[in-house]
Amino acid sequence: MKYTLSILVENQAGVLSKISGMFSRRGFNIDSLAVGVTNDPTVSRITVVTDCDEHMVEQIEKQLNKVIPVIKVRRLVEGEFISRELSLIKVHCPQAKRFEIIKIAEMNHANVVDVSNSTITLEYCETAEKTETLIDLLKPYGIREMVQTGTVAIDKGKAGIRV
Amino acid sequence: MITGAEIMVKCLQAEGVDTVFGYPGATICPFYDALYDSDLHHVLVRQEQNAAHAASGYARARMKPGVCVATSGPGATNLITGIATAHMDSIPMIAITGQVRSDLLGSDSFQEADITGACEPFTKHTYLVKQTEDLPRIFKEAFHIAATGRPGPVLIDIPMDIQTNSIESFEYPETVDIKGYKPNIKGHSVQVKKAAELIKNAKRPIIVSGGGVLSSGAKLKLQKFAENTQIPILSTMMGIGVIPSDHPLYLGMLGTHGRRCANKALHETDLAIVCGARLGDRAIAAPDQMGNTTKIIHIDIDPAEIGKNVKVDIPIVGDMNNVLKNLIDEIGDYKVKDEWDAEIKDLKAHYQNKITTFDGYVEPRTLIGNLSSMLKAKAILCADVGQNQIWCANNFRIREGRFFTTGGMGTMGYSIPAAIGAKLGLKKRDVVVVCGDGSFQMGMNELSTIVQENLNIKIIVMRNYRLGMVRELQDHNYNCRHAATILNDVPDIVALAKAYGIDSAEVSSNEDAEQYINKIVESDKPFVLVCRVHPDTPSIL
Ligand SMILES: Cc1ncc(C[n+]2csc(CCOP(=O)(O)OP(=O)(O)O)c2C)c(N)n1
Ligand SMILES: [Mg+2]
Repeated sequence: MKYTLSILVENQAGVLSKISGMFSRRGFNIDSLAVGVTNDPTVSRITVVTDCDEHMVEQIEKQLNKVIPVIKVRRLVEGEFISRELSLIKVHCPQAKRFEIIKIAEMNHANVVDVSNSTITLEYCETAEKTETLIDLLKPYGIREMVQTGTVAIDKGKAGIRV
Repeated sequence: MITGAEIMVKCLQAEGVDTVFGYPGATICPFYDALYDSDLHHVLVRQEQNAAHAASGYARARMKPGVCVATSGPGATNLITGIATAHMDSIPMIAITGQVRSDLLGSDSFQEADITGACEPFTKHTYLVKQTEDLPRIFKEAFHIAATGRPGPVLIDIPMDIQTNSIESFEYPETVDIKGYKPNIKGHSVQVKKAAELIKNAKRPIIVSGGGVLSSGAKLKLQKFAENTQIPILSTMMGIGVIPSDHPLYLGMLGTHGRRCANKALHETDLAIVCGARLGDRAIAAPDQMGNTTKIIHIDIDPAEIGKNVKVDIPIVGDMNNVLKNLIDEIGDYKVKDEWDAEIKDLKAHYQNKITTFDGYVEPRTLIGNLSSMLKAKAILCADVGQNQIWCANNFRIREGRFFTTGGMGTMGYSIPAAIGAKLGLKKRDVVVVCGDGSFQMGMNELSTIVQENLNIKIIVMRNYRLGMVRELQDHNYNCRHAATILNDVPDIVALAKAYGIDSAEVSSNEDAEQYINKIVESDKPFVLVCRVHPDTPSIL
């Protein structure tokens, strides 16, 4: 099962390597990882998505809490948070196909951010599942190149993680 | 104005440090220069790994962080085994390393090593100091982190320019505020109530005690808890000494190399009260070693240990002193059922060890069994790794003293430097080393430190001309093919000890060994007693 963890850490050098090192050393899997500063500049927020069982995710949380610069760890509850990942997808696109691909983009609320004679680049900001759907639709045209950020996530409503 | 190096010394003094163990080199020279003017006692070891082991012995003796120091590059990398050993054994330690100048960092300059990176898996925390101003805060935090919660080593890597730069003044912070580090020491009262209920309803409860009981200073509380309730106690290797070995409630060490009655009791129990033990694979090889109906109460300061190796019914996170105090209050005058008491007595009687002896050799288990009575009650025994360690763990009759060994890492060469640290920490205690002939040769360079520091440490070397424990493994699992486990008969250890200026003798019978020990404990000089042991002497029965 996939679990999404929000981790608040002190914004100092070396923290990311402490965390990623802990994951690899203990054989914990990372599906995706995203990091960025929060509204408090001394605090960064890491979102980790991991695919494991309940026992393992508990171990991950406990081990994360042992890393000194980790301030707080929160396991987000399925269905009660918003998650997004940003993708830039460059698709093979001769002029004849341009209209078709733009139509797919529009239907999925993806933005066209660059066009050339033979390519079209879409920007897509959605959940991992929807991103996968879009990619499936684009595959038949030939994906030239693709880049994605890790998932970022936040609780719906009043719930959340605070220092 | 005050230099970073002077600040480092002042920080150590502010933490009440009186002894540091180390080995100098260029990038840590500013610190050594400042040390030269201070009243801090520096012990020059003969290899950095031993500085860390000595700091570990000191820490265990004094129940506060030990400090070791090394230079950058090879000095720092030599420390790693000692740091890793302290980490696995949960020993509070501060490791200080010199580092190349900040402007050279990352350029593979001479004797540069990414020691904070390398030590990441082996420490509780690491610091690479970026500016001199940060030194007081970092030292304060480091000592706090090392000593509180589950103890462990903290590394502070200090570039040379940080040591030589000056700042206006020195002020040591009174408090620390680390947002992400607030160990929970209280112990949840609801959990304690539940635990008490479970204990009262158990038919065959048992206490499994680990090093956490000793490092939290809760030994007497545990004894009280056991005596009030009459629940028998097993210990892990790190937990040896939580209760005197001859105590009627003590069943011995559990695990692969433990006592059979201890393992048997663990198999029979319906409730294991695990105190400050992580139940690693050496203690409980497979979780099903306990009956599958066995319930477990696990008390530990480190929440990550609870439920990691075995499934737990009642987790209690907290300091052992607090939790045991509350548990004692909660349980009132409950006592274990007579049937279990009788069964335990039977177990103990049934699994009496029968020891076979070899003529012309010392029988090490008998010798270790008698050793305690030749020493003062509070003696510290430092055991190395190998068969010698198991002989000590199962046969030393600990009274009010301590048993120092590395149960978590099992690092050969630990005992001699650890004894140096223990002796310097507690000068009035009898300190005795028991090691193998292999492990002796991994730590013997510290004989010169013993002499230089004028330390009264008695060393007993179990001379079986073998890497005995591995050889035994080969006997059982590799068809007696003794690949690389036969040691030749050099060095002549007696002559070697004498070359260091330490008196020494070799014996080949228990009578002679005991006669020597009785004599040498009277003297305030170190001694190396070489005991010839038959190579077929097993670790356990
Ligand atoms: C640094 C290190 N290297 C290797 C080992 C593996 N090892 C465990 S016990 C042992 C043999 C120890 O020989 P000795 O010190 O003579 O003790 P004995 O078993 O003979 O009593 C070895 C090689 C180890 N524990 N530590
Ligand atoms: Mg040997």
